[in-house]
Amino acid sequence: MSTAFKVSTIAEMMANGESPDILFWVGCSGSFDDRAKKITKAVAKILHHCNVKFAVLGAEESCTGDPAKRAGNEFTFQMQAMMNIQVLDAYAVKKIVTACPHCFNTLKNEYPELGGNYEVIHHTQLIQDLINQGKLGLEGSQTYKGKKITFHDPCYLGRANDVYEAPRVLIEKLDAELIEMKRCKTTGLCCGAGGAQMFKEAEKGNKEINVERTEDALETNASIIATGCPFCNTMMTDGVKNFNKEQDIQVLDIAELIANAADL
Amino acid sequence: MSIIIFSILFCVGFYFFSKNILQVRTNILLGKDIDRIDNASERWKTMALVALGQKKMFTRPIPALLHLCLYAAFVITQIELIEIFTDGFTNSHRFFHSFLGGFYTFMISFIEILSVLALVGTVAFLSRRNLLKLPRLNMKELSGWPKKDANLILIMEIVLVTFIFTMNGADEAILKDQGGSYRFVLSSFISPLIFEGMNLHTLHIFEQIGWWGHLVMVFTFLNYLPYSKHLHILLAFPNTYYSNLDKKGKFTNLSSVTEEVKKMMDPTIDPFAATENEGEIPPRFGAKDVTDLTWKNLLDAYTCTECGRCTSSCPANQTGKLLSPRKIIMDTRDRLVELGEGIRKNGKEYTDGKSLLGDYITEEEIWACTSCNACVQECPVNIDPLSIIVDLRRYLVMEESKMPTELTGMLTNIENNGAPWQFSPADRGNWINE
Ligand code: HEM
Ligand code: SF4
Ligand code: SF4
Repeated sequence: MSTAFKVSTIAEMMANGESPDILFWVGCSGSFDDRAKKITKAVAKILHHCNVKFAVLGAEESCTGDPAKRAGNEFTFQMQAMMNIQVLDAYAVKKIVTACPHCFNTLKNEYPELGGNYEVIHHTQLIQDLINQGKLGLEGSQTYKGKKITFHDPCYLGRANDVYEAPRVLIEKLDAELIEMKRCKTTGLCCGAGGAQMFKEAEKGNKEINVERTEDALETNASIIATGCPFCNTMMTDGVKNFNKEQDIQVLDIAELIANAADL
Repeated sequence: MSIIIFSILFCVGFYFFSKNILQVRTNILLGKDIDRIDNASERWKTMALVALGQKKMFTRPIPALLHLCLYAAFVITQIELIEIFTDGFTNSHRFFHSFLGGFYTFMISFIEILSVLALVGTVAFLSRRNLLKLPRLNMKELSGWPKKDANLILIMEIVLVTFIFTMNGADEAILKDQGGSYRFVLSSFISPLIFEGMNLHTLHIFEQIGWWGHLVMVFTFLNYLPYSKHLHILLAFPNTYYSNLDKKGKFTNLSSVTEEVKKMMDPTIDPFAATENEGEIPPRFGAKDVTDLTWKNLLDAYTCTECGRCTSSCPANQTGKLLSPRKIIMDTRDRLVELGEGIRKNGKEYTDGKSLLGDYITEEEIWACTSCNACVQECPVNIDPLSIIVDLRRYLVMEESKMPTELTGMLTNIENNGAPWQFSPADRGNWINE
């Protein structure tokens, strides 16, 4: 299923003499991972529906360097950062939205010192703004009404950047029942993917971190585990499979919940 | 005579205390510089809330309340200590009593109540450690000295409080003999139970035991601090003042790397041209030993209370991995003490062939970290174990090219095709039409 509308790259847009109000930074996971691509599409649909003039970098986007930095390779990180900054500055990008807390954190906090100064927001924050501005209405939506939803805080959105409210406000807008896990917000447990763990086997231990975290989620008896990070999504999905619960419990990004509820 | 003994004790006590503290300071300054003096108002605020106000303690209410008893008692008892010092130097007895009158009674009574609460807190802390065997207070990194240290402090606290009550109780009995009373809320009540029927001479001896005992304990405490996790009672304040005020997700950008990368990316710079710093040994990337860390990392190490809140919230530790952020901090302190001692004896160039990474902390530990910041969030005195872990990784990866093989692959992919996986950049937009 392709998007029913055209998503322009910033190069195409500029060629038409236009410039976007916001750049959608898709991220590596959102570009290449089949599950994460669905999240990307949901974000694009929401932006399109709300008439946000947005563009993507397309082939000109490159890894922010987050996994390299967390793995300790500052060289690779800074090379990536400088190249990305050159591209972003060439297009005079001012504002960026990303659907990945790792890209969000890196672009927002670590690029400025290297010369990249942009206003960077996470997609949950942007969607909250769009609803507040009346551009996106969810009134009367039945899709998730009364459903039990729990929210898993991505470390790089929550503790790392103190964004706890935006995703929760959005779940409430769905008219759903938000059930917190025993460890949430500042005390939320990691899904196990951060710090470049996503790309390696876990060190020797007696349990996988995502299994430990999925147990927290199962305890809430929620039918949906919502999150706001493609890596958390992978880890929680695997965790749910580990308990053979994939028939009962869905793992969805906030953007997907909103797009579904708004029937986009 | 007693003025002389007192003065000697006072001077010797403070001399060794200052010497120890200066040694700690010298060791901390072995670390690299980092800018933590901006934004003074925010820093004072953080210190007031986190150290003075014990804000982060209260995420766990039971130990927080117990600790508050000890903390408040300690702070308020300093008033009594000031009087003891004054009495010592002037050879007087309860110097403040004569001109504070009723307020004096109130003050000492208040101290007495807090001291009893502190006693309750201490006993509770002891039982949490030794009877209830709380997991976070009995992990393997605490075996040996750390456990003994913790118990010793608590026992010293009990002895100290006992001296206070011995002194006040005996004093009450002495005054009662003359038909008066200080009307101290607790000791006026306890005194008859213990000191009833003793002659004045014996009472005076008890009073002196209490007075000198308190004094000796204070100096013992003071000089014990630098060897103990109890140093936190002083360092919690500067350590929270110098907290990281940035977002926790923001890792430092190594400026030495920035220079190199700029050179590589700027076609106008000849990469083989001589630079101004020719001949200088370039700084090591990342950290292999404590001297590669920042002074704030080292201040962190001395401040740690070994409470284990970090470790008990660590996802890696909870799932049986070797990593324990508390151990990272304790290792850093132990190594710093060891290296500092060597440098003190043998001069600045001293090396012992050992290092923090390898001899204290293993690679397996640091590769288990998810950089989730739970440890940083939890620490009641704003210690940052994660920044040490990251600096150790940087050393391994950039200086020794040592890392789990999958990470080598991931890094190669980023370098070759701009993504951690093997996908072509040309396919980035495929989702649009799929
Ligand atoms: C200034 C007077 C203070 C005194 C007399 C004091 C005393 C103590 C004692 C005796 C313990 C040991 C408890 C045990 O071993 O189980 C302790 C632990 C601790 N102290 Fe303090 N402290 C003081 C100040 C502070 C400050 C300013 C902080 C900053 C928040 C702090 C944070 C802690 C923490 C986090 C622990 C570990 C408690 C736990 O197990 O959860 N202390 N303190
Ligand atoms: S940042 Fe690393 S050490 Fe700290 S709690 Fe998370 S996994 Fe553990
Ligand atoms: S680093 Fe902080 S949380 Fe961890 S043991 Fe030390 S004082 Fe406690």
